[in-house]
Amino acid sequence: MTKSVEILESKQSDLDRFVEKARAAAAVVTDVGTFQEAVSYTLNLCGSRGACRLKVSGCEEPLSPNAEDLCETKQGKIIAAPHLSSDQFELLESQCVENGFGCISSGMRSQLAGVDIGFTYGDIGIAETGTLVLNCPGEELRLATMVCEYHVCLLAKSKIVKDAFAAEEQMRQFMNKGPNYTAFITGPSRTADIERVLTIGVHGPLELHILLVEE
Amino acid sequence: MQEAKSLKNYRKECRDSLGNDYLRKALDAFAVAYRKSRANAFAEFDVEELIGDVVAMKDDALQQLDALYDQFKEKAEGAGVTVHYAKDAAEANAIISRIAKETDCKKVIKSKSMTAEETLLNHVLEDDGLEVTESDLGEWIIQLRHEGPSHMVMPAIHLSRYQVQDLFSDVTGTRQTDDIEKLVKVARRELRQKFAEADMGISGANFAVAETGTIGIVTNEGNARLVTTLPRVHVALMGIDKLVPTIGDALRILKVLTRNATAQAITSYVTWVTGANECETSPGRKKDIHFVFLDNGRREMAADPLFSQVFRCVRCGACANVCPVYRLVGGHTMGHIYIGAIGLILSYFYHGPDSARNLVQNCINCEACKDICAGGIDLPRLIKAVHARIQDEEGHPIPSLLLGMIMKNRKLFHTLLRTAKWAQKPVAGDDGFMRHLPMIFFKDHDFKALPTVAEKPFRDLWPKLKPAIKNPRYRVGLFSGCVQDFVYPEQMVAAVELFADHDVEMSFPMKQSCCGLPLQMMAEMKTSRDVALQNLRAFEKENVDYIVTLCASCASHLKHNYPELLKDDLKLKDKVAAFTSKVIDMSSFVHDVLQVRAEDFQGDGKKVTFHAPCHLCRGLGVHDAPRNLMKTAGMDYQEAAEAEVCCGFGGTYSAKFPELSRQLLEKKLDNVEATGADILFTDCPGCVMQLRGGMKKRGSTIEVKHTVEGLAERRKKK
Repeated sequence: MTKSVEILESKQSDLDRFVEKARAAAAVVTDVGTFQEAVSYTLNLCGSRGACRLKVSGCEEPLSPNAEDLCETKQGKIIAAPHLSSDQFELLESQCVENGFGCISSGMRSQLAGVDIGFTYGDIGIAETGTLVLNCPGEELRLATMVCEYHVCLLAKSKIVKDAFAAEEQMRQFMNKGPNYTAFITGPSRTADIERVLTIGVHGPLELHILLVEE
Repeated sequence: MQEAKSLKNYRKECRDSLGNDYLRKALDAFAVAYRKSRANAFAEFDVEELIGDVVAMKDDALQQLDALYDQFKEKAEGAGVTVHYAKDAAEANAIISRIAKETDCKKVIKSKSMTAEETLLNHVLEDDGLEVTESDLGEWIIQLRHEGPSHMVMPAIHLSRYQVQDLFSDVTGTRQTDDIEKLVKVARRELRQKFAEADMGISGANFAVAETGTIGIVTNEGNARLVTTLPRVHVALMGIDKLVPTIGDALRILKVLTRNATAQAITSYVTWVTGANECETSPGRKKDIHFVFLDNGRREMAADPLFSQVFRCVRCGACANVCPVYRLVGGHTMGHIYIGAIGLILSYFYHGPDSARNLVQNCINCEACKDICAGGIDLPRLIKAVHARIQDEEGHPIPSLLLGMIMKNRKLFHTLLRTAKWAQKPVAGDDGFMRHLPMIFFKDHDFKALPTVAEKPFRDLWPKLKPAIKNPRYRVGLFSGCVQDFVYPEQMVAAVELFADHDVEMSFPMKQSCCGLPLQMMAEMKTSRDVALQNLRAFEKENVDYIVTLCASCASHLKHNYPELLKDDLKLKDKVAAFTSKVIDMSSFVHDVLQVRAEDFQGDGKKVTFHAPCHLCRGLGVHDAPRNLMKTAGMDYQEAAEAEVCCGFGGTYSAKFPELSRQLLEKKLDNVEATGADILFTDCPGCVMQLRGGMKKRGSTIEVKHTVEGLAERRKKK
């Protein structure tokens, strides 16, 4: 067996493992192939489900007046996609407009009541645990992945590594650049703080969709 | 938070906790589920190797703690963070209070920090007029209830959904449902507004990475990401024990931490913060970040040759997860602020002897915590050492001193045991149990029948019993321990018969005494050492291949604690090593050394089960030998649920905390009865005493015997 074949096979098994482990952590993983397909997937998700309204996200439960006020600032469906290239953002934005969704790349602090979808790229995928690594020094990106009801994260298959230790050097590079904020994200936000019952979406996304793309 | 002023009051708190049905049910379910899911989480790894990596790294980090701190500070400050050092809780709180004033903060949002619990930070900030809100769901719940955490990782594990329902109804001013999913979403939306308003975020940290000046925060909810992103000021409070050299070192801890804590391969979020990050609402769009390192007794611990290993603790909380006593009484009774085995130790160093005095006595020494610890910490030994320190500082209680004085003198001790035979005459039944106990002395002990002292101790039977072996395969010294010598000599007799069949020559040195474990349990370390030396001397001249004991606790104590007890005397080092290397428990000796075969026995197919003594399965790592022996001897072996969980005896523990001992026993007997077995075997006379007494009290027909008796009775007669 030649070395390149070996590498190819171990890459393949890292990919399989990543998918298996991410699903075990309750992420939805789909191999969409291209950016265009990822956009279609996301618009479909936003249109068909409209996150916060259809899930049991507690909108019908009464809140204290202050919390209720914040919630009511959320109007219409919004996809937040900071840190895309301008070409990619334009493509996403134009399709959002066609469908009547808002599409923003900044201003997350005025959307704290929640956006429907946060649309981002992952920098590394860790196969051993199905983890996404997001280098997110900018706060728009951090907030887009936290205050969204669904987080859609695109990941190039080539960025999947065996385990966290294989990502160590890259993390070091992120952190040595000066102020940095790096996130490991594995599945949706969860808690078991009431009666140890696993409950999804306590502070962050209710769902994590990982879309695998070729590059 | 446990704050009883006396052992008597502490016992009352324990009884009150036992009466909390919800707590008992919740912790029972958790204990069983945890064991299984943890095993799954580690399935594809060598757990010992992973823990070994953490131990080596943490021990190394401790050696260079000052250098790591300096490196961290330089890196972090170079990236725009201010690093502070606080020598105690008050200083840490003052630093954070000052930062809040200087930055004109009014509202604080917090993510979970045990260190902030340790310093009682919230009280100080609230006294300053700040509004402080915990954002971890469990922490928020207990904050609203004005109580402390009852578990390090699951702070509200003691509460039911109905209690949360009531609480959230109060908070929102509207009646909420008891649907957990909906209650969680109420918290999501209530707290979102708190995040939006806060000007200061306070977090803890799981790692402080020196090479980059980065902190790592491990959460499932993602609240730490919001706490460290939205407010314009971020303060992270952490112990100096969180310093690690590299990112890889942090990842090594992470790999064990989440699997050991909640049986997750990883938590939903791990957040790595380096330097003054972008923040839209901060001046210059740079967040004002402060990392506060806390000593508060940690350096004192680090400087101590025995206690320095506490630095390896990664705060996974697993020692509580497996503690049979925690499972009964919960974290508010089994901890001051830190919970479980590690909490018993930390309380002494962080919060002083008052917080630890009663707690440290509530360890049953089953070693379940030591077995599971992510940092490989010898928790039971350290708990005992804290107990000893407190006694040395404050004076030993009289019963403990008396026991020490008596046990130091073997002849006096054995004479007392012999006279007990006469003293018990008025209450001794003819079935080997006391008919009734003078209840004035044994008020809470009526859950088990207590045995009478034997008519003749084994040491008196031995001269006539000693078999002559023509061509010995092995020479063995018998170590009986007090219980088998004076209460159950028939167990020793059974062993002698079985061993003789296999050409084992035996000796029984008459100068042997109690192994010393009961003294250790009472934290009478000095006498424990004296007794160890006596036993070492007693066997010194014996030319034997093995020292066999039928008592798992004796075996484990002789083997593992003697080197520790006698380590000060360097002259003894080789002798101790020679002694301990020969010590073996009965089952391992018969199974591994004698290698008995099915044809040595005439099986009767009796349905039997096994209780694994703590000091056999965890103390000596023996699991299969006794079970295999029962099958080899032709019995129908049935594994009981939770066979390796403590029976509640714990030597002197059962005398000190009878109400807890009783609960552990009842659970054990239920599990045994569920197997449908006719006989319950175990490898420890103390466990026999507890289990047989409990079965008798229940009126059960299940016989309780030492495994060696089961084997001896089924020997093929030669």
